[in-house]
Amino acid sequence: MKYVDEFRDPEKARTLLAEIAVLVKSTSRVRNRPLQIMEVCGGHTHSIFRYGIQQMLPPEVEFVHGPGCPVCVLPMGRVDDCVALAERPEVIFTTFGDAMRVPGSKKSLLKAKADGADVHMVYSPLDALKLARENPDREVIFFGLGFETTMPSTAFTLLQAKAEGTKNFSLFCNHITIIPTIKAILDSPDLQIDGFLGPGHVSMVIGTRPYDFIAAHYGKPITVAGFEPLDVLHALWMVIKQIAEGRAEVENQYSRIVPRDGNAAALEAVQEVYEPREFFEWRGLGSIDHSGVKIREAYAAFDAERKFLVKTVSIADATSCQCGEVLKGVIKPQACKVFGTACTPETPLGALMVSSEGACAAYYNYGRIDISGLKRQTDAVVA
Amino acid sequence: MNPVRVLKPLRLLRDTQINMSHGSGGKAMRDLIQDVFVGAFDNPLLARLEDQAVIPLAELACYGDRLAFTTDTYVVDPLFFPGGDIGTLAVAGTVNDLAVSGARPLFLSCSMVIEEGLPVELLRRVVASMQATAAAAGVMIVTGDTKVVERGAADKLFINTAGIGVVRAGVNIAAANARIGDVIIVSGHLGDHGAAILVARNELALETSVESDCCPLNGLIDAILDVCPAVRSLRDATRGGAATVLNEFAQSSGLAMRIREAALPVREEVKGACEILGLDPLYLANEGKLVAIVPREAADSVLAAMRAHPVGGRAALIGEVCASPAGMVVMETSFGGSRIVDMLVGEQLPRIC
Ligand code: SF4
Repeated sequence: MKYVDEFRDPEKARTLLAEIAVLVKSTSRVRNRPLQIMEVCGGHTHSIFRYGIQQMLPPEVEFVHGPGCPVCVLPMGRVDDCVALAERPEVIFTTFGDAMRVPGSKKSLLKAKADGADVHMVYSPLDALKLARENPDREVIFFGLGFETTMPSTAFTLLQAKAEGTKNFSLFCNHITIIPTIKAILDSPDLQIDGFLGPGHVSMVIGTRPYDFIAAHYGKPITVAGFEPLDVLHALWMVIKQIAEGRAEVENQYSRIVPRDGNAAALEAVQEVYEPREFFEWRGLGSIDHSGVKIREAYAAFDAERKFLVKTVSIADATSCQCGEVLKGVIKPQACKVFGTACTPETPLGALMVSSEGACAAYYNYGRIDISGLKRQTDAVVA
Repeated sequence: MNPVRVLKPLRLLRDTQINMSHGSGGKAMRDLIQDVFVGAFDNPLLARLEDQAVIPLAELACYGDRLAFTTDTYVVDPLFFPGGDIGTLAVAGTVNDLAVSGARPLFLSCSMVIEEGLPVELLRRVVASMQATAAAAGVMIVTGDTKVVERGAADKLFINTAGIGVVRAGVNIAAANARIGDVIIVSGHLGDHGAAILVARNELALETSVESDCCPLNGLIDAILDVCPAVRSLRDATRGGAATVLNEFAQSSGLAMRIREAALPVREEVKGACEILGLDPLYLANEGKLVAIVPREAADSVLAAMRAHPVGGRAALIGEVCASPAGMVVMETSFGGSRIVDMLVGEQLPRIC
């Protein structure tokens, strides 16, 4: 754990914060609004809130919490599909923990479990495959979701299932890809974003090369960032430095993990197993071309969508929800009409309130009142 | 030596597994009770085998002036885990619920719901743990009940314990009693029990040696009350962890609990497991840790008394009570920022990435 402590050193943070303040001043001459930096990835949103990073920053810097929580952007129709699959008597439905609470149009997986569906929480798709081996007379479905971060592990699992000749295992594939999504945000007419923190885990798989167009065509700086609080601050400093110096490049703060060309073995497995879907619907963002993947014909035997009738109905989000505007950085979560009233973590209306990585849940849990002025008092009283 | 006391009941029970007849009220049940429970809990109040334990009031009155009474039901999977088992939990948990009111825990009841098919040997081990924990806490298990349910109607074994104790005269402990300027103290490493259970469930390929902290806290609380009878609030941080207790204190008192992350005692291996799973040790369950609010003047003496006690060695001052933000818990992060520590909604679920 020494390694981790190194990335949580408050001394180093103070130095970075001072430098960020100086840089921000130098950019403010050409701007009359705060700098908006989007962290694309939900893991970053979580770190920002967990360590209270926003409160440490000068008020001229604002984070915009992007679409990077795969649980949050899952459309309601897809959750309904999960519930329908899970409620089949022959099925053991397996999923990561935080997907259990996402509301469908009628119920969540947690509710389906309480109603008698056989829903298992697992920590890896390999655990689901193991369950299939142990229960040869049941059909084990793994709910595959997430960006390129989790795609390779489900791909490897399918490869292994095929090699073993497993007959009772399938994947309900809801994987999504980051690049078309960033592009959709960049093409949005009300875009106010000045720079990006690039996702660390996704980039570990795809490398930094796929982001080149962000700098080249859209003229926006991006820095791939790690998840420790110092990583986030350091990457933020790098992005703001680019802005201050009038540069727009792809930089890599997380080079200890992220190679420029990504992970060849992982990419190969992903290529082997998946192909792009024409379009995929996102909660709050609508349909985005080529933003999802499906399982290739060669692996059809492991595709839950082919094995069972999955009839994904598109279900409109409640009209009071403003998740899309929050996701695009147009409004802050508190500005949503139902934030903290009709929409709370107990009764989420929108998906951003569901996972701890969702921007609304994070604001609600960690930041729903302004606590920036309180820090000094705590300093004084706690020995 | 009294020869009658030496004669423990014979091994009456021949069965190796519990079956429905052990709950039927007939001879099989009587054998089970005599052999497994009366034998282990070994005290004259229980040995009378009446439907109730009759306790002389004078025996209670000498300890204080108010009766404390509590009950809790224990369900845990797995039944045995590093550092304890359901029996240790069932006694320590109820003892602690009494002790945090400033009461001296004295008598417990034990009610078992047993799933048909449970190995008798396993039941004996659980009961032995209960007796060992009761002895450590200085309490007696004086009455009980046994139910056997059909296979599938319960998960192996559920235990309910109720307990009575007597509150020391002059002691007045309540969650609402915190005052501005008071300090917040925890009795040791947080999250050990929750982490031990996660590891014991074997759902993760984690290799850590962390053990449950499950233990009676009445001795530690006696030590605190001896040096500071004016303790304002005291609660054991079980399900929902220290974060939940702090929120209860904040809400009951209408004041703010301000804590410092850097001051929280958390084992490196627990931190590590939490990192991997995306969990927060502040919300992990404990079964042998308490959170105390004491007047600032008493902070040093309370800390010294706790650290001198075997289960309070890592006691730490983690924060203080302030006026605002009213009813909330705020944490200064070890990184220098600050954030709200809220009540948990439902269970903590591991994040996917
Ligand atoms: S408060 Fe609820 S409805 Fe509004 S944006 Fe957030 S999640 Fe969506």
